[in-house]
Amino acid sequence: MTGAAAAVTGLGAVTPLGADVAALWDGLLTGRSGTRLLDEPAFADSPVRLAATCDIDGRLDRVEARVLDRVQQLALIAAREAWADAGSPDVDPERLAVVIGSGIGGALTILGQYDVLHEGGPRRVSPHLIPMLMPNGPAATVGLALHARAGVHTPVSACASGAEALAYALDLLRSGRADVVIAGGAESCVHPLPIAGFAQMRALSTRHDEPSAASRPYDKGRDGFVLGEGAGLLVLETEEHARSRGARIHGRLAGAGIASDAHHVTAPDPAGTGAARSIRLALADAGLTPAEVGSINAHATSTPLGDVAEAQAFRLALGSERPPVTATKSCTGHLLGAAGAVEAIAAVLSVRDGIVPAIRNLDDPDDAVDLDLVRISPRQHAHDAALSTSFGFGGHDVSLVVTR
Amino acid sequence: MTVASYPDLLTGITEIVDEICGSATAAKVTLDATFDDALQIDSLTMVEIVVACEERFGVRIPDEALEQLKTVGDAVQYIANAGVAA
Repeated sequence: MTGAAAAVTGLGAVTPLGADVAALWDGLLTGRSGTRLLDEPAFADSPVRLAATCDIDGRLDRVEARVLDRVQQLALIAAREAWADAGSPDVDPERLAVVIGSGIGGALTILGQYDVLHEGGPRRVSPHLIPMLMPNGPAATVGLALHARAGVHTPVSACASGAEALAYALDLLRSGRADVVIAGGAESCVHPLPIAGFAQMRALSTRHDEPSAASRPYDKGRDGFVLGEGAGLLVLETEEHARSRGARIHGRLAGAGIASDAHHVTAPDPAGTGAARSIRLALADAGLTPAEVGSINAHATSTPLGDVAEAQAFRLALGSERPPVTATKSCTGHLLGAAGAVEAIAAVLSVRDGIVPAIRNLDDPDDAVDLDLVRISPRQHAHDAALSTSFGFGGHDVSLVVTR
Repeated sequence: MTVASYPDLLTGITEIVDEICGSATAAKVTLDATFDDALQIDSLTMVEIVVACEERFGVRIPDEALEQLKTVGDAVQYIANAGVAA
């Protein structure tokens, strides 16, 4: 069954490519890499010393920042950009909601304060610890900043969290519980412990000799993802609300589909069944056929198994249709709970501007992947709808459809 | 002795407020200023300030005492007495 589309009226992003949407889009179109070598002493013994980090120095007031975990800081910066981009809408606070997903929440605060506990005892632990570590911290921070009173929510579905937040926001608008929702995802956990954990799963690239080439979705030489941090937020409005205030509309979130694998806690279902079902559900929700999908912003993390399983899902869901495919993570790294939202922003911009960014580092496409992969340079391609997919540990499958 | 007799304590507390709450709040610090109304310091931040005072002045401020510290002057007096007792 098809549901109403939501107008996308504001965009905000903090990514390894820069601290705003303009830097993200420029970085994707020019194929920049946000990956760097972690040469700080804390990572000296780390088996993986690659990450895609954000530079937010000077973006927040010192006093404001000191009671916010870094994931909350990233969300707040992105929220301010998105809100300003939407023209700071004059909305009844009781009709304004926030939905910001995060895979892990305030990981850096937990780990830092655990060190404080050991070194200084319980009386030295910050009284701000709990509001800084809770996974709903980014949503709460943004809700306070924007005085949102229609509800503040935090879907937690690992690397699908940002996409699931947008799906939830669409539900809020369609069900009449809000007129405006600021939604997306945020993540920040570049620290030796999470890196050790992902490294022990053999999930991370170890291409230390060439950091900018480490994230290479669909390439034969891919050897895992690059851990990234960032935040992406979209201001979504009911069509009526956006029109009544004469808002500039970037595009529309037309549909969402959610499924779950029930296959394995971390491994993707190699048949891509759940992922394919989420795609079909999203298309049905948007009222589109596979032939109407003009481009795909794939989850494509650059892991050997995941990229192939996802390609299989596209074949299952789209049949013989082969829209051009891009992979944002080739430039940004994997922003975990922020990824789905940042990639939804990229999909909105692709449709708006009629261009699909190239997949960086795709030198030698994997023969097991039967897709129209955009490589080497961006492709000028006027189209009306894009599909964006996100999958998370736990078997979460979330697909979004954005339209003009 | 009155609280005005401890200018170093007032200076120290002002510096702590500046570090934790910023210069705009620190500028409002006087002996008569209340932490909650005049300085707009919430309960979590008050705990931070108390712990910072403990570290800086080498005193212990138990939670029971916190209730009585309404103004900056109350804090100065408490720390002065605790320091004398110690």
